[in-house]
Amino acid sequence: MREELLAIIEKNSRIDLQELAVLLGVQEVDVVNELSKLEAEGVICGYHTLIDWEKTSIEKVTALIEVKVTPQRGQGFDKIAERIYNYPEVKSVYLISGGYDLLVTLEEKTLKEISRFVSDKLSTLDSVLSTATHFILKKYKDHGTIIDKKHEDIREVITP
Amino acid sequence: MRNILSDKVQNIKPSGIRKFFDIVSEMKDAISLGVGEPDFETPWHIRDEGIFALEKGKTFYTSNAGLKELRIEISNYLKRVQNLDYDPMKEVLVTVGGSEAIDIGLRAMINPGDEVIIPQPSYVSYEPCAYLAGAKPVLLNLKAENNFRLTPKELEDAITNKTKVLILPYPNNPTGAIMEQDDLEKIAEIIIKKDIFVMSDEIYSALTYKGKHVSIANISGMKERTLLINGFSKAYAMTGWRLGYACAPKELISQMTKIHQFAIMCAPTTSQYAAIDALKNGDEDVEKMRMAYNQRRRFLMNAFKEMNLDCFEPYGAFYVFPCIKEFGMTSEEFATKFLEEEKVAVVPGTAFGVSGEGYLRISYAYSIENLKIAINRLKHFIQNLRFNA
Repeated sequence: MREELLAIIEKNSRIDLQELAVLLGVQEVDVVNELSKLEAEGVICGYHTLIDWEKTSIEKVTALIEVKVTPQRGQGFDKIAERIYNYPEVKSVYLISGGYDLLVTLEEKTLKEISRFVSDKLSTLDSVLSTATHFILKKYKDHGTIIDKKHEDIREVITP
Repeated sequence: MRNILSDKVQNIKPSGIRKFFDIVSEMKDAISLGVGEPDFETPWHIRDEGIFALEKGKTFYTSNAGLKELRIEISNYLKRVQNLDYDPMKEVLVTVGGSEAIDIGLRAMINPGDEVIIPQPSYVSYEPCAYLAGAKPVLLNLKAENNFRLTPKELEDAITNKTKVLILPYPNNPTGAIMEQDDLEKIAEIIIKKDIFVMSDEIYSALTYKGKHVSIANISGMKERTLLINGFSKAYAMTGWRLGYACAPKELISQMTKIHQFAIMCAPTTSQYAAIDALKNGDEDVEKMRMAYNQRRRFLMNAFKEMNLDCFEPYGAFYVFPCIKEFGMTSEEFATKFLEEEKVAVVPGTAFGVSGEGYLRISYAYSIENLKIAINRLKHFIQNLRFNA
């Protein structure tokens, strides 16, 4: 049930418990228990909403920043990652294989704020060697959901 | 002027589903639970292979029986998923959907006057195809009390000395019924004893919700008596690609190939290349879709339980087949009234044979959101009927 439950709530975290139980073919109490286990184990880390900010009047600019760093003795990349992820404007930090080390997603109101964050805060950290900032111009697909896709039933009438 | 038409063709009744959907397509805000094809698009990697085949200029006929690589993959798939052994070179034929296989399979097996047993309710093509092949269709009415499975007694009673072929349509459209190993063993005994053959239409084999599908060809002594039909439409959501296959003893496949080559030449080339990828890399997609169907199936069964609507639990395909006998209307009356008053289209059970009287086919090849709206309208409709009774 665990895998199927996660697959459902990954797409729809607002589904009510009763419906979830029906879809999974189990009792509601089993769903409640499994969810609390998943939360306790840290498998479920949060319940978020996928928002297309473009459609609101709220200004938001998102940037992906490639960061090259010097890993620190005894702590590898964890320490520097922590320095970075503690900033609330940083939305995600991933350790990446390949040409650079950390991929940082940053969300701000304006381009200026982003460049200020990079030049004042990120680049000045001791172990940061270099950064490359990429601004996101348009989101086509996010978290597995195609933005702006209208579902239309195009199946034609056919016999049999 | 003489009549341009053949008497034989004119004798065939048009399908009962058609009439109904002509009304639906005219109604603007009607929602349908009537469609018998997956609501999913073909998984992208499969479509991508089709596009790639076109880009590479693979625009020619294939061999009559189908691409060798595809037949090998079909054979591997049947071994992997159903533990069946078919020689890809001699015992597999790639067809234009499972429907072509039904047609040419019957034409290759039937002598004039042979009887073909067709358990009903079932898919609407068997009877006209048997008739066009020169057979006498013998309709066998399945019963709700047996969960619409075929029992040995029913089969034995239907067999005469003219019986040649039994059509075995499981997992079943429209009832959603399946036949399990022990059900199959019991009827296999009679099939062998009476020396008849089976055309097993297993197009929904990937969509079962109670253990893995078992083919009649898995039962000892049955492979040499079985024409197994399957395809890509339902499992991989590839209806529009028109691709299916037939597996049978080589004598039958070679005769079917003869009809196929003269009538069709070969199945569509692009689809064949895409299908190779479906079989090689599609298991996970099938499982995802099966899971989604199963959730919808549970949703509907639960909704019927809540509204006290009698329905046996179906374990296959993507249909439920609730009973509406309590309302004292025929299936067609019920479906028509439901469409008129609540603007939801379902198919009357009688479209699939007289034994479908008193039942409706509801397809769950629709999103949960869509099903919710339809179920609320059904609830409302039923409440009114009961209140006014």
